[in-house]
Amino acid sequence: MPEQIETERYELAARPAYRFDLDRRDFIGLLGGGLLIVFSASAQERGRFRQSEQLPQDLDAWLHIGEDGAVSVYTGKTEVGQNIRTSLSQAISEELHCPIGSIKLVMADTALTPYDMGTFGSRSTPTMALQLRRAAATARETLLDLAAEQWMVDRAKLTVADGKIVSVGKSAGFGELTKGQKLTKTIGREVTVARPLGQSVAKLAARDIVTGKRKYASDITRPGMLYGRVLRPPAFGASLVKLEAETLTGVTVVHDGDFVGVAAADTHAAANALSQLKAEWKQAPQPSGDELYEYLKKTAGAAEPGEGQTHGSIEEGLAAADVKLHATYTVAYIAHAPLETRNAVAEWEEGKLTVWTGTQRPFGVRSELAAAFSIPEDRIRVIVPDAGAAYGGKHSGEYAVEAARLAKAAGKPVKVVWSREEEFTWSYFRPAGVIEVSSGVRRDGTITAWDFHNYNSGGSAIQGLYDIPHQRNVFHPAKSPLRQGSYRGLAATANHFARESHIDELARELKMDPLEFRLKNIKDARLRAVLQAAADRFGWGHGKGIGISCGFEKGSYIATCAQVEAAAADRIRILRVVEAFECGAVVNPNHLKNQIEGAVAMAVGGALFEHIRFNDGRILNPRFSLYRVPRFSDMPEIEAVLVDRPDLPSAGAGETPIVGLAPAVANAIFDLNGTRLRSMPLQSAREVPTAG
Amino acid sequence: MYSIPRAGRRTLCDNGLMPRVTELTVNGARRRIDADPERTLLSVLRDGLDLTGTKYGCGEGQCGACTVLLDGQPVRSCITPLSAAAGKQITTIEGIHHPLQDALLEADAMQCGYCTPGMIVSGVALLNKNPNPSREEIVRHMNGNICRCGTYLRIIAAIQKAAQSHA
Repeated sequence: MPEQIETERYELAARPAYRFDLDRRDFIGLLGGGLLIVFSASAQERGRFRQSEQLPQDLDAWLHIGEDGAVSVYTGKTEVGQNIRTSLSQAISEELHCPIGSIKLVMADTALTPYDMGTFGSRSTPTMALQLRRAAATARETLLDLAAEQWMVDRAKLTVADGKIVSVGKSAGFGELTKGQKLTKTIGREVTVARPLGQSVAKLAARDIVTGKRKYASDITRPGMLYGRVLRPPAFGASLVKLEAETLTGVTVVHDGDFVGVAAADTHAAANALSQLKAEWKQAPQPSGDELYEYLKKTAGAAEPGEGQTHGSIEEGLAAADVKLHATYTVAYIAHAPLETRNAVAEWEEGKLTVWTGTQRPFGVRSELAAAFSIPEDRIRVIVPDAGAAYGGKHSGEYAVEAARLAKAAGKPVKVVWSREEEFTWSYFRPAGVIEVSSGVRRDGTITAWDFHNYNSGGSAIQGLYDIPHQRNVFHPAKSPLRQGSYRGLAATANHFARESHIDELARELKMDPLEFRLKNIKDARLRAVLQAAADRFGWGHGKGIGISCGFEKGSYIATCAQVEAAAADRIRILRVVEAFECGAVVNPNHLKNQIEGAVAMAVGGALFEHIRFNDGRILNPRFSLYRVPRFSDMPEIEAVLVDRPDLPSAGAGETPIVGLAPAVANAIFDLNGTRLRSMPLQSAREVPTAG
Repeated sequence: MYSIPRAGRRTLCDNGLMPRVTELTVNGARRRIDADPERTLLSVLRDGLDLTGTKYGCGEGQCGACTVLLDGQPVRSCITPLSAAAGKQITTIEGIHHPLQDALLEADAMQCGYCTPGMIVSGVALLNKNPNPSREEIVRHMNGNICRCGTYLRIIAAIQKAAQSHA
């Protein structure tokens, strides 16, 4: 079945800006002295990408058993810290009945793995784990057939365990049966697979992490490799008017269109070379942070067909209400800031290009490279070593293009590692947004009308699970002043923040308990179950400064309770968080808890203080000393409550646990001091980090 | 808490005429480095000596991913010039064998793992100085290390566990 992209619409806005004019060499300065002056051409946009994929059903595309019994499994998914390497290996091990240590998962290598759209949208568990289970089940049945045939025994009497096929008084390892030959079978539609066993298998290959042996893409070195840096414009949208570059010994300088970069023997030399380039840029005035929300409202067009969802009549719903409420919520741009900045190593050999890069979309990056260099995709190999996180931020491949462009000019492999400032400036952001909600409720607590309009942040989770007869939920795309794209949970955080804050406002207006008010308006049993689970563990109803939220996104259900205190006159401290989560059958309880805890920890930043500030095309806080991220001292007590549903298919769990914290905290702040905060981040947007 | 090491005796090439060779002791082994003394220790370790366990995260000493020990003291190698490391004992993650590593594995105190080497070096420095730190002392000492995946609570638990097992 084709896998559809639904919510990641902002990928389309996150296209890189390079198009090289390789026939017309502007200049490539190498060795010697002299001064060159070049006038630039303009950059171009490009790009469409595939909207769906068809998974191949040939067994040998996915799985190979070596003569030694080693099981090699191929997937285009990327390990970015979500522990998908471990959970996919668990799926194979459980289905094939072989030790997890005998599995070698080959991930995200365009030369070896089947095409994959990318690691996003929480699709790896529901789609890829299922596909690998089906492949492993097919392999298992094939092995049983093979043993029955070779041993001339009744197949029904054979069993499979611990990497062996077992008969009475006889057993053989998988490799002994296949002798390393390809398993040429088709994975049939009828193949049935088991549900996960739900075991807390330890993270695979983790010893390499604690010893420093793990090679991230930025750790890759190649013989003769140079280090590249890219000259960045002083502001977004600036175009290069004039470039002066003194050629330096041992330094490659490339100027191609709006791309200007250098490559040198080490990072220090590359930085020095970059600092010696003299560029003149033409800038155009741009919207600034102070006018952001007005700008988004002003530039929003009418909603595209299909983006709005309407049931009943808002007018009728409001007429039936005793109390009506209208409120506006805003969400700031924030940065992914993965600790490993975007980077790539590129190497050309006889017209073929190999790139090592920590991307979530190896095949997408391959396409970008093919377009940038006008070469067929089959001459490009993109290899993704396990990455130093991504959080939705590593979808595009401009750093791969940059490294490849420099490597092409230098005739040597080149590594490009973005600086933290580049990372904060030239990547893309989680979309900012304005959300307006009008609602009506009866005195008895029944919500009668719900009119919800999101400007710019996106449509994910725009439809809540409240049982409201008259409702309209509309996403209005707008013109974004900053480049924006995917982010963990994407717009689900903004939509949950507005919805769950507003629900709380209604409950408070009626002087009803916020939990009771929610339960009164929610029929969905799975959502009620997580609400109850979170409330029970939290001890809901006791103490001051408590708030609750709940929701649903990407197949999983979440409820979050938080308690806050005033740490200073204008500073809130989150004391305690309990988050209940239900994503169907739990695959790995310990890793699921780790994902939930981590998502809550990350959410502290977006809820309280993370905020990209910008003015006239410049990012004003592109450093950790200016952009505050959560640290040890910001951590509340966090408790993850797993609601396991072994009877249901597993949904992805890396994203949705992030959506519940901000509204729970906003609601807790209201409970604490009666102040309703409707803007994320909830604390002063101008707060500067103190730690370090 | 983390001092930025000053460039020490500038024995190297103040006037640009002297050789650029710096003697380092890295994980017990003596290394001669031919490089600009103003180059960061991080760049020398990673690009020059292929000790890539020490990570780049921010270049301004704010995230702790590049932490190494200089004579037992944790420093941010991304803002430490090579000249400041001359003649000192440098310990990187590759030279560390400490119960904290096992404790982190047991606590599953990592996701992408990119911050982990810096966390270990900082944590080991703490435990060497204070074998039985309180939770507050751990938070204060480790606050300069960022984990974007948010495994902070597990890291605290692992440091506490390592402290107990070491006691």
